[in-house]
Amino acid sequence: MIETSLRWIVFVPLLGAAVNGLLNRRIPRRLAGLLGCATLVVSFLLSVRAVVRLAGLPAEERLLTDTVATWLSFGPLHVDIGFMLDPLSAVMILVVTGVGLLIHIYSLGYMSHDKGMARFFAYLNLFIFAMLTLVLGENLPMLFVGWEGVGLCSYLLISFWFNEDENANAGRKAFITNRVGDFGALLAMFLVGTTLLPHLGGGEGLFSFGVMKHHAHELTGIATAAALLLFLGVTGKSAQIPLYIWLPDAMAGPTPVSALIHAATMVTAGVYLMARMSFLFVLSPVAMGIVAGVGIATTVIAATIALSQTDIKKVLAYSTVSQLGYMVVACGIGAFAVGIFHVMTHAFFKALLFLGAGSVIHGMSDEQDMRIMGGLSKKMPITFATMLIGTIAIAGVFPLAGFFSKDEVLFEAFLGARGGFPWLWLLGFLAAGLTAFYMMRLMVLTFWGKSRASEEVQKHVHESPATMTMPLVILAILSVVGGWIGIPSAMGGGAWFQKWLAPVFASGHGDAHGGGHHGDPSLELTLAAASTAMALLSLGLGYYFYTRKPDLVAAARGWMGGLPNRVLTNKYYVDELYGKLIYRPLGWLADVVCFRWVDRGVIDGILVSGSAVVALLTGSLLRLLQNGMVRFYAWVFALGVTAFTVYLTFLG
Amino acid sequence: MSLVTDHILSWITFLPLAGALVILLVMNRHAVLAFWTAMVVALADLALSLVLWFGYDPAPGTDQFTERVAWFLDGRVQYHLACDGISLVLVMLTTVLGPLIILSTRRALADRVPLFLSMYLMLQTAMIGTFLARDMLLFYVFWELMIIPMYFIIGIWGGKRRIYAAVKFFIFTMAGSVFMLVAILYCWFKAGSMDLATWLQLELTYSEQIWLFAAFALAFAIKVPIWPLHTWLPDAHVEAPTAGSVVLAGVLLKMGTYGLLRFAIPLFPEATVAAAPVMAILAVIGIIFGALVAWVQTDVKKLVAYSSVSHLGFVVLGLFSLTAQGAAGGVFQMLAHGLSTGGLFLLVGIIYERRHTREMAEFGGLAHGMPAFATIFMITTLASVGLPGLCGFVGEFMILLGTFGSTTLPHARLMTVLATTGVVLGAIYMLWMYQKVFLGALKVEKNRGLPDLSLREWVVLVPLVVFMFWLGVGPGLVLDKIEPSLQRVLAPLALEQYETPHETPQVEHHTLHIPDNVPADGHAEVVR
Repeated sequence: MIETSLRWIVFVPLLGAAVNGLLNRRIPRRLAGLLGCATLVVSFLLSVRAVVRLAGLPAEERLLTDTVATWLSFGPLHVDIGFMLDPLSAVMILVVTGVGLLIHIYSLGYMSHDKGMARFFAYLNLFIFAMLTLVLGENLPMLFVGWEGVGLCSYLLISFWFNEDENANAGRKAFITNRVGDFGALLAMFLVGTTLLPHLGGGEGLFSFGVMKHHAHELTGIATAAALLLFLGVTGKSAQIPLYIWLPDAMAGPTPVSALIHAATMVTAGVYLMARMSFLFVLSPVAMGIVAGVGIATTVIAATIALSQTDIKKVLAYSTVSQLGYMVVACGIGAFAVGIFHVMTHAFFKALLFLGAGSVIHGMSDEQDMRIMGGLSKKMPITFATMLIGTIAIAGVFPLAGFFSKDEVLFEAFLGARGGFPWLWLLGFLAAGLTAFYMMRLMVLTFWGKSRASEEVQKHVHESPATMTMPLVILAILSVVGGWIGIPSAMGGGAWFQKWLAPVFASGHGDAHGGGHHGDPSLELTLAAASTAMALLSLGLGYYFYTRKPDLVAAARGWMGGLPNRVLTNKYYVDELYGKLIYRPLGWLADVVCFRWVDRGVIDGILVSGSAVVALLTGSLLRLLQNGMVRFYAWVFALGVTAFTVYLTFLG
Repeated sequence: MSLVTDHILSWITFLPLAGALVILLVMNRHAVLAFWTAMVVALADLALSLVLWFGYDPAPGTDQFTERVAWFLDGRVQYHLACDGISLVLVMLTTVLGPLIILSTRRALADRVPLFLSMYLMLQTAMIGTFLARDMLLFYVFWELMIIPMYFIIGIWGGKRRIYAAVKFFIFTMAGSVFMLVAILYCWFKAGSMDLATWLQLELTYSEQIWLFAAFALAFAIKVPIWPLHTWLPDAHVEAPTAGSVVLAGVLLKMGTYGLLRFAIPLFPEATVAAAPVMAILAVIGIIFGALVAWVQTDVKKLVAYSSVSHLGFVVLGLFSLTAQGAAGGVFQMLAHGLSTGGLFLLVGIIYERRHTREMAEFGGLAHGMPAFATIFMITTLASVGLPGLCGFVGEFMILLGTFGSTTLPHARLMTVLATTGVVLGAIYMLWMYQKVFLGALKVEKNRGLPDLSLREWVVLVPLVVFMFWLGVGPGLVLDKIEPSLQRVLAPLALEQYETPHETPQVEHHTLHIPDNVPADGHAEVVR
């Protein structure tokens, strides 16, 4: 453990946020954007330097810390404002600052016409600050600061164009849904904290990750409850069943926001939390089982919804929910390193896809409906080519990034460190097929065929400026090569990524997962081949149906009287269900029961107004106010007090 | 100088009263002069309390700067002021808010300004005296003195239903005080003195304790207010002028929780333990009920008023968690609530001055034309909903953590779970209100072209925002001051002593917090 300065990685973006936020419209738009980008450059370079330093240490000693100050200290409770860098947070900060920087640059172009550019970059920088606090925080409350902070920025950015009620609603929905998750996270913190407190030694900060890990054996009795409560928080932030409902709505925000926050970084915070708290999760097989089950259910259900959406960003949103499901599954089967691997590769190709979609929307004069797109491949060649790479990467075709990470998840599911779960593999395998299919559908509807847009819009279609296409190209390259650092040994790779993370998870609990080096290599190769075949087949089918057989698509839509299609288009009516089962009853409880019946009816009506005292006193009190002698009373009052004081001071 | 430093508590207490007299006496018709006089007095009071702040030695946690003079009955009744960490932070809250409140009246009030200012200054004397009194009669005098100026502030400068609200306020608080007076007299005859320290040594039977606790707790519960005694509060807030609401929410409500902590709990420890479940349940109901009712309000001020019921529920829960941590969280939350809710009332006042309405339906889209106002409102809102990094989080976190780990309070964990829902509900109603007022399109024509914050408004709001951040990031500012004092005040409860692991590495008894399902190591038994 080495004490070093990590704080500036975190604080520099905060500085940018402060400057842009305080100056707001007084700062030229262009300058505001450049300032925002500059802070990210600094933060990224500092991150690289810190990670290089970390990598230079022997594997078991890879930990840098930076204690800034004491935050909360009361009795045995001691929480520092502190940061730590270990291999896990190293991956995260590189993704956050790296992808974050690209998206900042992209925003220079995307938001160049927006009056609120300074505000936008202030929020964006604030988000990076919060996200870095989340992944670098040395203890659970620090992580929680970042956790709530990113939630706040998400709220601010979703409702960035707050003129529309719809956007404001979406932002509020995101914040509140996340708060429901935070309810669980808070309780988990209390449970873990009160359990550990009696066992702490001298100088140990209660919620420090190192300390908690060290005392993990004391948590056995409460592991299931604590892990599940934490997982409630995860379902909020990482958009899993039952709290995923906010993420699709979050697409109301500007597209760079969707790419950065609602695809690449913030939504993976839940996965990070599980990886960070893996020592707790592995103590409870029950909780792990539930995590894996929720993850796979989310993967499949979200993938089916994505099939039917017509808004290009909504497809990507459900795709994100679905991909997050894979990461959660990985954690649920104990393959935390693999989960983080997928976090990273997903950050590349999903950010790419969102930014590509943004480029399309930009070119199409803010149109998001794929039904009136089509034929863009010639007019937007860079966007088209890079998005195609993203599509192949997410579909999981060898040797692109998505292949290695997703395949690792599926392989671990089939024959994981905690024993195999073939049904998990099968569902994941099928969902992978769905993924390839809906992505191809998106590509065809957007880029192939004839344009279905109005003449006016068609005239204006143009490729985006370099500030926007350059990030696309870089992300496309990363989407190709990004997975190569984690090629499993069965395929002749070094599984470098897994080895890098191994010290974080191999904490003496035999079942925590280290690297992809077990099992039969031929089995792994067989499964990998099956995955690639599935991906290619589904891509092909998607292409075939949507270019050659539109009548088949129409038939599918009308199948069984259109019922399945309607259910999918309406997202299984989950929002409506929550409205009926939770929101409306709560509103009724608040308005009718609490306010009208209890507050006004019972308490005020009977207890207060009904009492005779009121009637008696009202008259005389009223006179006090109405006979114009208030000054007189004030005098009496003041003189009385003064006399009393003088008496005490001089005569007492 | 020694005349000041030797009697600093008296100076802090009575300086505002002197200011009030001067204003009444010589500048009754000079609003501007009266304003500046009041301002100077309030700033001087702030300066004095800063002397106190830096002069106070928190380590022993004892009463300091004591002023003790026999009053009458052979000194069995004394003029006895003293300051410990808890009093210190609350006096500080009062004196910090003072100048801001006075400044906020500058444009808001036109009618009888000098009279208003003198009322406010008298109120400040009464509030500070209440925090510092260590003689029960003296305390009672200050306690009652608070009611009178507040009554006039609501009744004269209030809104349309001001008479109803003022009378309701008066009757509620007086009704509680009567019971407390009876209890005070009982103890007086028992102890033969009004000295708080003597009372703490009283041997009281269990049933005596229960009755006395009930009488004290009733008076304090009304002031807090604890559900279901809260209905005077929304009316008082809605009708009171902005400055009145700010002082009411900022300081006056803390009198109830302060009274519980200073008197009801340490004087009657067995009754406290016995009553804790009831108090905690009422607190939890208040948290949820207040939040739900706040959600359905259409008047912004009423919404904030009900949110106070919810937030003070947290304070009461912390106090009756019977843990030092929960109680510390409670004290911290008193300050945090004073800043955030006081701030919200100021902000609501600002918009009321411009539009003369507080109905949410009349607003919408204000953030377009008033970005600075909207931003500060947002920050204050976030402080209120307990976003980490701002003041609201620390209090809530410590209260809930303390309550969760309480071994003395039955069903502590269940209560914590229920109370934690308040965190979700808080976000629901606050963001709902924020959206209704600030987001969306500018639909109402009258809202077009409203001026953003004026310089004066900036000056009022910026200190509050600074403190919201400061307490959120560096809560040690307050916690270090109150910790030893809290230990002393809670000592009669004989909670298990914990020691700081930092100081004693090999601790045997650390522990207010032994969870039930972990095999206790033999030191975990509950000590009453």
